[in-house]
Amino acid sequence: MSVLQVVFLVTGFVTLLAGVMVVASPKLIHAALWLIVSLAGVAVLFVLLNADFLAVVQVVVYIGAIAILIIFAAMLTRRVMTDSGPTHNPTWWLALVSALVLLGGLLALILQVPAFAQAGPTGLPLADSGLADLGTSLVDANRFLLPFEVASVLLLAALIGAMAVARPAAKPEEGAE
Amino acid sequence: MIPLSWYLTLSALLFSVGVFGVLARRNAIGILMGIELMLNAVNLNLVAFWRYLTPTAIAGQVFTLIVFAVAASEAAVGLALIISIYRRRSTIAADEINLMKW
Amino acid sequence: MGDPFGLIGRWLMSVVTGWGLEPAAALTLLRFLGAAILATVLLLACFFLIVAERKILGRFQDRYGPNRVGPFGVFQTVADFVKLIGKEIVIPTGIDKVPYWLAPVLVVMSVVGIWAVVPFAPGFLGTDLNVGALYIVSVGAIGTLGIIMAGWSSNNKFALLGAFRAVAQLVSYEIPMVLTLLVPTMLAGSMGISAIVEAQRGLWFIVAAPLAALVFLISSVAENGRAPFDLMEGESEIVAGFNIEYGGLAFGMFYVGEFLHAFTVGVLFSTLFLGGWSGPGAETYPLLGLFYFFAKAIVVWFVTIWVRGSFPRVRIDQMLSLNWKFLTPLALLIVSLTAVTDKLAVEQGWSRVPALLGVNVVLLAATLIVLGAYGRSIRRREEQLRTAAVR
Repeated sequence: MSVLQVVFLVTGFVTLLAGVMVVASPKLIHAALWLIVSLAGVAVLFVLLNADFLAVVQVVVYIGAIAILIIFAAMLTRRVMTDSGPTHNPTWWLALVSALVLLGGLLALILQVPAFAQAGPTGLPLADSGLADLGTSLVDANRFLLPFEVASVLLLAALIGAMAVARPAAKPEEGAE
Repeated sequence: MIPLSWYLTLSALLFSVGVFGVLARRNAIGILMGIELMLNAVNLNLVAFWRYLTPTAIAGQVFTLIVFAVAASEAAVGLALIISIYRRRSTIAADEINLMKW
Repeated sequence: MGDPFGLIGRWLMSVVTGWGLEPAAALTLLRFLGAAILATVLLLACFFLIVAERKILGRFQDRYGPNRVGPFGVFQTVADFVKLIGKEIVIPTGIDKVPYWLAPVLVVMSVVGIWAVVPFAPGFLGTDLNVGALYIVSVGAIGTLGIIMAGWSSNNKFALLGAFRAVAQLVSYEIPMVLTLLVPTMLAGSMGISAIVEAQRGLWFIVAAPLAALVFLISSVAENGRAPFDLMEGESEIVAGFNIEYGGLAFGMFYVGEFLHAFTVGVLFSTLFLGGWSGPGAETYPLLGLFYFFAKAIVVWFVTIWVRGSFPRVRIDQMLSLNWKFLTPLALLIVSLTAVTDKLAVEQGWSRVPALLGVNVVLLAATLIVLGAYGRSIRRREEQLRTAAVR
């Protein structure tokens, strides 16, 4: 059992455990904090996969922005300091069954394809794990410029939409006194 | 060395946990967290495939970056909607927001 | 005197492999040891950084600063530390235990983690990440998380409000910081910090991008939470903001994190814009490189203390409008104009640095004109309101 395998197993276990605690935690803020642990675990896995730029972007975007946004929203939408009411639907057992069926199907599919049993990663031909190539490909008109620009338009639309939706209702104009 | 199937199994497990979260949670923000777990599982899958099968084709990492952008924008708009709903209905439990017109 | 750091590294390696460990495990052990030593040295250095800052601030305010404990008051922080250890950590009821205790750890971790990628001297750095510049931002984001956890877990509405304000400030000022961080990345052609330092051997980046350096300094000072942006912990206003419910050594961790971050801002600015360890004779004598590195960092740190002692605190709405209406558009303009100018200069064969300097000067002039016009319009509106009220 090499060191990398041990690291993978520990990280994978922590990520999964955090994921289970996200969906099972009774208090919402605890679920948000467990989500952060899970996101950090995925960042470590990205590092194991030699995608270090994506790992850093994961920490900055997911943990540094999205998770904080989720925590803010969870804090702003609670009537009292403690959560009230059941946290799961009455039909949660049906959700469990469907999740398990989905898992079984995916595992059966994965373990069938022989190419996926590849023992180790192929050598990495790009020197800096593709960082320069990633940058050039995003602005090259023949490669991925269009998805890049569409993604930026999407982000602009989301920015304007979120501000427009979350704005408090406009108060009526005060009389000139 | 770590076989590819280990990464794919981990991502399948994470995805199923996210599916359970989306289907079983009552709180709208809890559902959103399940969606984030699913998107992370997908990202993990994409990067694992990129690294093991086609490390020269940078499309794997580009796809992951686009998924990051989509996840960020969807989280922002979703949370803005949830806050707006909370302001009017004082609740964000998914089964209590069940009137089309009020 | 050729390469003292390499010598020490090789000697340590030979000692550890002599104990029977294989090279890979020995390297891992040495790395952990190096990280532990670096973190300890940094936290111990805070003892002297804090007292130096208090004395300098005192001189700015025409008084002595601490001068009782030890010669010239040098051991003041040691006395403070002993007092903090002796204080009872009053744990409020109803707190959420795990976030409460984890928050100071995360805040200190986010500051110490930055030092992993900073090159002290040629060949003497923690790790040479090729995404070092973005790593610094990501580690800083973890500090923001720590502050939210501190505010929420304290079971105190005012701590929560203080944490909201603090996180609003930190998240807002990350944007001009990241944008201006792109400028040395563009000029050096790489995100790796040691590559950025190597690219400054001929000319420091502050000459080629002075406006970007200024915006980076302002947003770093705001990220740190120092005056004039210290409403995160406005000692005279909201008592202590998010760390109201922390006493004793737990508060000491937040305190140490803030002051260490101030020195780290100096280190980052000098690495990115002032050339880090580069200077005459630094490659042949690495110890000289170490000296240059610390000298530049201390100069920038002194400038931040100078700013702290000179400006009053800004209000939160002033601070947010400064960021969103001024620094962010300015940073976007800087990045786009620098990119266009750099590309054009390389293609047309102009020389890069004067072209970039010219663009910066033009942008500065345009900014001052716009600010002047904006200030005049505000003054005119106030004048109208005043004369309307009188009538």
